[in-house]
Amino acid sequence: MCPLTPVEGTYHFDGKMSNKGYALNKMCYSLNAAECREEFSKDEKAYCEKFGLNEAQTAAILNRDIIGLLEAGGSIYYLAKFAGQLKLNMQDIGAIQTGMTVEEFKAMLVQRGQGNG
Amino acid sequence: MAKITAGITTSHIPAIGVAMDNNLEETPYFKPFFDGYPPVRQWLHDNPPDVVVLFYNDHGLEFFLDRKPTFAMGVADKYENADEGWGIATIPPITGETELSWHIATHLIENDFDMTVCQEMKVDHGCTVPMSVMWPDKNYSHIKVIPVAINCERHPMPNPSRCLALGKEFGKAIESFDQDLNVVLFGTGGMSHQLDGQRAGFISREFDLWCMDKLITDPQAIADLSISEIIQRGGAQGVEINMWLAMRGAMHGNLKLLHSNYYAPISNTATGLQLIEHSH
Repeated sequence: MCPLTPVEGTYHFDGKMSNKGYALNKMCYSLNAAECREEFSKDEKAYCEKFGLNEAQTAAILNRDIIGLLEAGGSIYYLAKFAGQLKLNMQDIGAIQTGMTVEEFKAMLVQRGQGNG
Repeated sequence: MAKITAGITTSHIPAIGVAMDNNLEETPYFKPFFDGYPPVRQWLHDNPPDVVVLFYNDHGLEFFLDRKPTFAMGVADKYENADEGWGIATIPPITGETELSWHIATHLIENDFDMTVCQEMKVDHGCTVPMSVMWPDKNYSHIKVIPVAINCERHPMPNPSRCLALGKEFGKAIESFDQDLNVVLFGTGGMSHQLDGQRAGFISREFDLWCMDKLITDPQAIADLSISEIIQRGGAQGVEINMWLAMRGAMHGNLKLLHSNYYAPISNTATGLQLIEHSH
């Protein structure tokens, strides 16, 4: 198998990570359903337990630690569904991950869109 | 015989659908993006397709990690949209098509593309946003859509060269179908973007403009890139260029680029719109 080239600041979601994060992603996937979102918001910890998340995954959910969730095997496509529960959009998530303010993150996107930076 | 009249590339960012739902098209943030679309809508009005073959990627609506096809296509007469979990409004069902769909599925599998063939398939924003942005009043029920989903979510993802080759077989299948149908291809998603990690927010205008040029003149140059190279040059989700390659692969006649628009960013993503007329 030809491994993917490591890219700084990037968590390649491959087979190993998919196995590692399966319970976490399955929990996030369930949040497609309104009744599951309601159950999650009533008791997040219990909901994580129900899906068999490990300690690190549960802690990262409770702490809104997006990088921690990626390290614990989260796929950004499923984490987006978790972010939705927090009323966070992709710029908010980007700001959290890069340690910027949302305004700084948005400004960076504009700069890059213009071919700068 | 069925003929391919055009290929259209378009973004499928959820924020586009949300903007349309909230009448934000004329706001400074969205205007440069939406201003690209009227010529394409007009072309679709003047040259109405009977069928749209729409290449997209599912983002965790129909397919979860438990069973995630590399290449899947629908053969149903209707496709429902559903709650994706974070607030994009669902849209009316999309009309499907069964005869050409099965003809394509049969051709592909006979020619070594072993598709996952779906008689029921919920379609997410990857499919619904392009339909909404092309037919803003959601008046698309007369258009028959064949959705084709390519895995862009979990590695291993199909090589770009494989996606271009898949498109070639789509082209042969469509053009060997013995009904007079006008078929338009949608290559959705892209362009450069990265949602995850400390590298989130990565956009490369240079790479995007290179892709938009090569897509017309030399798609093999894009197809020669590895998935790793695309991630480095276009971001982790830049892999969505695979849908553009599949679309382009199906067009082997004469091409005429009628319209093109590049704008970045919308949300965290660069957007590219191209209307490519196809004839023999």
